Amino acid sequence: MKDARLLTRLLADPARMAEVRDWTGLICTARAESLLGSLAFRLADAPVPAQVAAILEDARQDAAYARTQALWEAEMAQRALGDIPLILLKGTAYAAANLPAGEGRSIGDLDILVPREQLDTAEAALLAAGWEWVKEDAYDDLYYRTWMHELPPLIHRDRDRMIDVHHTILPPTARPTPDAAALANDSIALPNGMRILCPEDMILHAVAHLFADGDLAGGLRNLWDIDRLLRRFAVTEGFWARLAARADRHQLRPHAARALRLARRVYETPIDNSLAGRAHATDALYIRRLLARDGWGRERRPFTRLGFYVRSHWLRMPPLMLARHLLTKARKPR
Amino acid sequence: MAGPTFVADAPDALSHVALESLTAIYHAPSGMTHLLAPPAPQILAALANRPGTAEDVLARIAESFDLETEDAAAAMSARLGELEAAGLVRRA
Amino acid sequence: MRHRLDLTIGPVSFRIGSAWPQPIAQLAALYAPYPKPAGIADFTVRLEPEKPWRRLVRPSVAIHGDYTLPDAAPLPLAQGLLAAEMGMNLQMALGQKRFLLLHAATVERDGHALLLTGHSGAGKSTLAAMLGEAGWRFLGDEFALLDPVTGLIHPFPRAISLKNQSLALFDSAAPDRLGPVLKGTPKGTIRHLRPPADAIARMAEPARPALILFPRFNRDFEPETRPVGAAETFVRLTQASTNYVALGRPGFDALTRLVTVTPSFAIDYRSGEEAAALIDTLWSNAT
Repeated sequence: MKDARLLTRLLADPARMAEVRDWTGLICTARAESLLGSLAFRLADAPVPAQVAAILEDARQDAAYARTQALWEAEMAQRALGDIPLILLKGTAYAAANLPAGEGRSIGDLDILVPREQLDTAEAALLAAGWEWVKEDAYDDLYYRTWMHELPPLIHRDRDRMIDVHHTILPPTARPTPDAAALANDSIALPNGMRILCPEDMILHAVAHLFADGDLAGGLRNLWDIDRLLRRFAVTEGFWARLAARADRHQLRPHAARALRLARRVYETPIDNSLAGRAHATDALYIRRLLARDGWGRERRPFTRLGFYVRSHWLRMPPLMLARHLLTKARKPR
Repeated sequence: MAGPTFVADAPDALSHVALESLTAIYHAPSGMTHLLAPPAPQILAALANRPGTAEDVLARIAESFDLETEDAAAAMSARLGELEAAGLVRRA
Repeated sequence: MRHRLDLTIGPVSFRIGSAWPQPIAQLAALYAPYPKPAGIADFTVRLEPEKPWRRLVRPSVAIHGDYTLPDAAPLPLAQGLLAAEMGMNLQMALGQKRFLLLHAATVERDGHALLLTGHSGAGKSTLAAMLGEAGWRFLGDEFALLDPVTGLIHPFPRAISLKNQSLALFDSAAPDRLGPVLKGTPKGTIRHLRPPADAIARMAEPARPALILFPRFNRDFEPETRPVGAAETFVRLTQASTNYVALGRPGFDALTRLVTVTPSFAIDYRSGEEAAALIDTLWSNAT
């Protein structure tokens, strides 16, 4: 299995099961892309070979456990934060809102958004409730506080789980500057008092994370989130117009357009052509990078990957700051 | 001075198994396992879906459990603080 | 990957890939009589150079696979067999979810299982290997697999890892059962021993746990037997399990059931013979 193409086709259309020759390779690729749980849900009723069924059942149980842990972390964060509004992001949000994007999803750290003016209060409340700083390093701390869109990472002393507290969805120094106040103001309350972003913002956050905040590592999983969210919310009246308007507000229009085009090509997502715009020559490069995983779980296409890695840092910081940051990182003893 | 009011989850959120004098508890909402010594299991039972302060809990468990200390209220507050940190009780 | 071996051990199958032929050849020799897996691998292990040129220049083996430890130091190619075994351990430790994993050596007699658990270096592997040559069926030396539904222990008979002084005890084993002597490993000198033929032939037969022991080997201790309570056993077993937490309520139910119905003892012994005698007494009381 050269790359992850068959995996994406199977996720989009489980009926293509018959095309799988090498289940070991497919499962290995899915696991490496953190998509085994999602695949297990898509194939839940499919007539797969018995051994595959057992592996997928394990993956579904894994996902159920990850969901329990993630929602519990959110619960404990809410207990610590008291009246500070807590907006859940990413996988925890999908799980809390029972969205299809949450089915089978592996969930790592707890990501939350709090208003910037309440960041200090939130920090104090979390520290008082048993969270601790992960890094001791003063330079990284300054970098985080001044230039990043989140507090330095915190980990809970007893539960050993990390929490990332964001005040916006992209670094303030990055080129697109989302409207953080709008994210909070238009958030939606869940029955338990926690909040999630409105559907358009949830999708745009996934878009921002896919392009402007990373080197596309984990991109297939991120793009799958976008596919699942789009399919779920596109059925609502006026959705595409709202998504376009919101993308403009957050200065993420070209990124959203590219995400839609990639989702269509990779997962056959039904999309709005005018928002997606015309294909760009570089779309193919992105797809090449996204699919660069073989049947042994190895990342391939090293030069494509290197190009994207340098690019991701370039996007987060202006060039002079980037040079200084990389130089300081290189000099410090490991 | 009443102190904060706490509450614990409903009994069906927990599985109990007695292991000699200790109680192993599986807490379903968190997926965590706790090993508790008396009076912690009794405190949880006293607060299951029934909010109460430290004094309320002392009264509720007094029939079955004797908290043999000088300052029972302070000891109870300390136990409740530990249970709160573990996620087994929360502020009501 | 250039070189490949597929292995079935008990209920688990592995696909092992390697950039070099030697580790695969050594594994194939050690596991020669094991059944060939027919289908889909549960886990993948990859033995790879950290950098492409390290395949040939001072070759060193980094352990990768479905699950990886990012900071793990690579091993020299001469220890490639150990790297493969460690790779399989890692996949089990981080990826096994169907069975509750207990860090224990296990042997069986009359359909009942004896679990030997405790700290590394306490002598469990050696003891299990010796019992396996002396009338007991060897089930495994690294992981005991507890089925949460049935409460039975399933065999997982990997090659036994003999360390340092224990090597001399098995010098008389048939040569094809022994792997190469590996010196200078992170745990000293290691040699792998293939389990006895009946352990392999009957690796699909589970057993009901009947006795849990915490053995401690030390030439200076008086031989002694001390009962261990259910609470202490429970705590020690959860600490020794890599996947207890991930199994959720079924894991809790299975482990509490195990410790409440199975007697537990700590034994101190100065020699294998002494241990066997202590075990015989405890076993006849328990079964």
